[in-house]
Amino acid sequence: MSNITFRLAWRNLWRRKRRTWLTVGAMVFSNIILVFLISMQLGMYAMMIENTLRAQTGHLQVQAPGYKDDLKMRQVVPDVIDLAAKLRSEIGSDEIAARASAFALVSSEERSYGLQISGVEPEFETRVSSLPGLVTEGRFLEDAMAEEIVIGSVLARNLRTGLGDELTIIGSGRDGSFAAAVVTVVGVFESGMPDMDRGFAEVPLGFFQDTFYMEGAGHSVVVMAPTLIQVGALGGRVESLLPAGEGLVVHNWDVLLPGLKQAIQADFVSAWFMYGILIILVAFSVLNTQLMSVLERTKEFGITMSLGVTPGRLGRLVLLESGLMGSLGLLLGIVFGGALVAWLGHTGFTYPGLEEMAGQFNLPGRIYPQFSAIGLLMGPMIVLLASVTASIYPAVRLHWLEPVAAMRAAE
Amino acid sequence: MNQFKMILRLAWRNLWRNHRRTLIMIAAIVIGAWSMIFMTALMRGMVDDMVADGISVLPGHVQIHHPDYRDDPTIANVIAPPSGELLEALGGAEVVAWATRVRVPAVISSERDTRGVTLVGIEPLRERDISFVAGDVVEGEFLTSPDDRGLVIGRKLVEKLETGLGKRVVVMSQDQENEIADRGFRIVGIFESKLAQYEEGFVFAGETVVQKLLGVGDQISEVAILGSDYRNVETLFRSIEAAAGDGVETLPWNEIDSYLGSMLAVMDGFVIVFIVVVFLALSFGLVNTLVMAVFERVREIGLMLALGMTPRSILGQIVTESVLLLIIGLVIGNVAAIATIEPLKDGIDVSIVGEGMEMMGASSVLYPALYLKDIVMANLIVIILGFFASLSPAWRASKYDPIRAITKV
Repeated sequence: MSNITFRLAWRNLWRRKRRTWLTVGAMVFSNIILVFLISMQLGMYAMMIENTLRAQTGHLQVQAPGYKDDLKMRQVVPDVIDLAAKLRSEIGSDEIAARASAFALVSSEERSYGLQISGVEPEFETRVSSLPGLVTEGRFLEDAMAEEIVIGSVLARNLRTGLGDELTIIGSGRDGSFAAAVVTVVGVFESGMPDMDRGFAEVPLGFFQDTFYMEGAGHSVVVMAPTLIQVGALGGRVESLLPAGEGLVVHNWDVLLPGLKQAIQADFVSAWFMYGILIILVAFSVLNTQLMSVLERTKEFGITMSLGVTPGRLGRLVLLESGLMGSLGLLLGIVFGGALVAWLGHTGFTYPGLEEMAGQFNLPGRIYPQFSAIGLLMGPMIVLLASVTASIYPAVRLHWLEPVAAMRAAE
Repeated sequence: MNQFKMILRLAWRNLWRNHRRTLIMIAAIVIGAWSMIFMTALMRGMVDDMVADGISVLPGHVQIHHPDYRDDPTIANVIAPPSGELLEALGGAEVVAWATRVRVPAVISSERDTRGVTLVGIEPLRERDISFVAGDVVEGEFLTSPDDRGLVIGRKLVEKLETGLGKRVVVMSQDQENEIADRGFRIVGIFESKLAQYEEGFVFAGETVVQKLLGVGDQISEVAILGSDYRNVETLFRSIEAAAGDGVETLPWNEIDSYLGSMLAVMDGFVIVFIVVVFLALSFGLVNTLVMAVFERVREIGLMLALGMTPRSILGQIVTESVLLLIIGLVIGNVAAIATIEPLKDGIDVSIVGEGMEMMGASSVLYPALYLKDIVMANLIVIILGFFASLSPAWRASKYDPIRAITKV
């Protein structure tokens, strides 16, 4: 029975080849665009999050309450090195590191710049941050107490300094007192992010604590989760392991960098506005086609109804026709769209001006769309759904059809 | 002329023979046209705002620097204040306002905290016309002269430093002999900006005071020049560049801030791509409607041909039908778009993603900007491409063999 309906629907489609292909063409066109853009967005977002979080922020941070907004020297995590070690052993992950940071004036023989200096655990920093791997000259820090510094490439150029040169650090300590030290440049990193290359430096944590009178304290423990999805669960574990009574808090990356998530949301919403328009236009195309195809079959429907076919069944036939067209559009859309995405995933995608814009979001000038089930299926599925929905009206109309009057209808 | 009138009449009546189909098609065109214009206005508004903010906050439309300053923005790379030919050019009709600045990296400390900032020594009266609107200073007062010993800093920075109006802060930088130069300043004004990074990153002092602190005499870091329209800085740039000579680097804003510059350029391309994509999605429906309209009239067309109507008139009639459809849809779509944008003129609050917008360099209120050229472009693209899309079904109709067409069942 349903087999007959299916066969009827399929044959009906090809009674008007051109019309069917034009309607399917509209679907395929929209589907290819949707598959391409959604895969592109997913690839871009993943890269934005990964690049930005890997650079400094990490997936989670343990901090004193208020530190993320105020970044004050005295909002500390006490005994930060021990806490990081405890978390590492309890959670069984090496991707956890302690940090402290301060604003200071850094001077070479010729120049001075005010910038943010981070004290890091050399051994573990390499596990949570991409920065150590980006050292292009010299090496990363090795000894936790050494009077050494790693600086950004633009900063090195601006300070007119290089490997082996000495820099003076002047700032204020945890208690507000004057803090100063002399360090040797052992490495220069090039992250490609203008802000970091221009105004960031790292020193060993132990040395940082001595210089800025931290008394064993730091400002954060950075935790990386194996994947982005596991961040929430890991956050809960870290929270349960924190020492009681010190009021420490665990922040997720989206709290630490609200701008990143919101930029993604803003982009997502505006993109869906455009997708919505495409989907609606396809739905109109289907509505028009199906309405016409029902109207021109009035006589035929009248005959079948007088032979005992229920309007409900004819309605299902019309819906099935749309569903078949939609599935064809879905299939072709996924095949062509997927091929496009796979090809661009290989060669990358760029356009003039992209590089300058992408830099703002820690992205390279070439974007690789992500080949994923969700990117391939989401758009075409919605188009299919919209197509079937659009033909509800022509299908429901059949209920008002009078078999006798319908049979008399002109061809 | 008469013939055209007849074709127009036939096309118009044919449209309404199947009013359902025509109405659905018109609805699709309306939605397409509306989205083209509405979306374009939103995007234009966002970018305009970003550029306007970016320019008002510091760059100016054209800037003159020491050739090494952009790479190494320190007090070592200073230039002499404008004189002679350049001063004459700055007095020209192209220039709306200009000002000199001393701009160096510095460290600011209150008794509670220390921050890295950019110290900008300004000529308050001239600067007012370029970057500062009187209303930006929300507490205290703006500087009054280059000798003013006060400091104007941003609201966010005040909070971070836990300081306040009337309090003293210490500003440290480096003078031309590479020695640390520091000086206490009293905070005389607090400003607010739409972009938090400026509130946090810039402090303003009198130009002469900063020059004295850094020991540079009357030399300056940059000359910022404001023209009448940021979209068209070429003439201004050329005349300033010629007058400024070879010893300095003269640049228009879109090269100083390559992010904003490329944003504006990419936007122009993106608007066209968006319009064409929406049109293409629309065109399938349009061609389909025409194909159906032709198909169900095969016998009629055959009869008209047999009675002596030229194939050209048939072609004209189908194309006219399509263009009429497009015009009706476009008119309603345009009116709808303008009607939806008009109430939003005062801005759309997107502060829910405010920090994300800031990351893109935009503020958290979106002001749609409706440009005549965008409306004209959207309409032209739809009409012209729509005309070409309808040629194929119309061509087929005009090529019918009258006898076969009439006898078609």
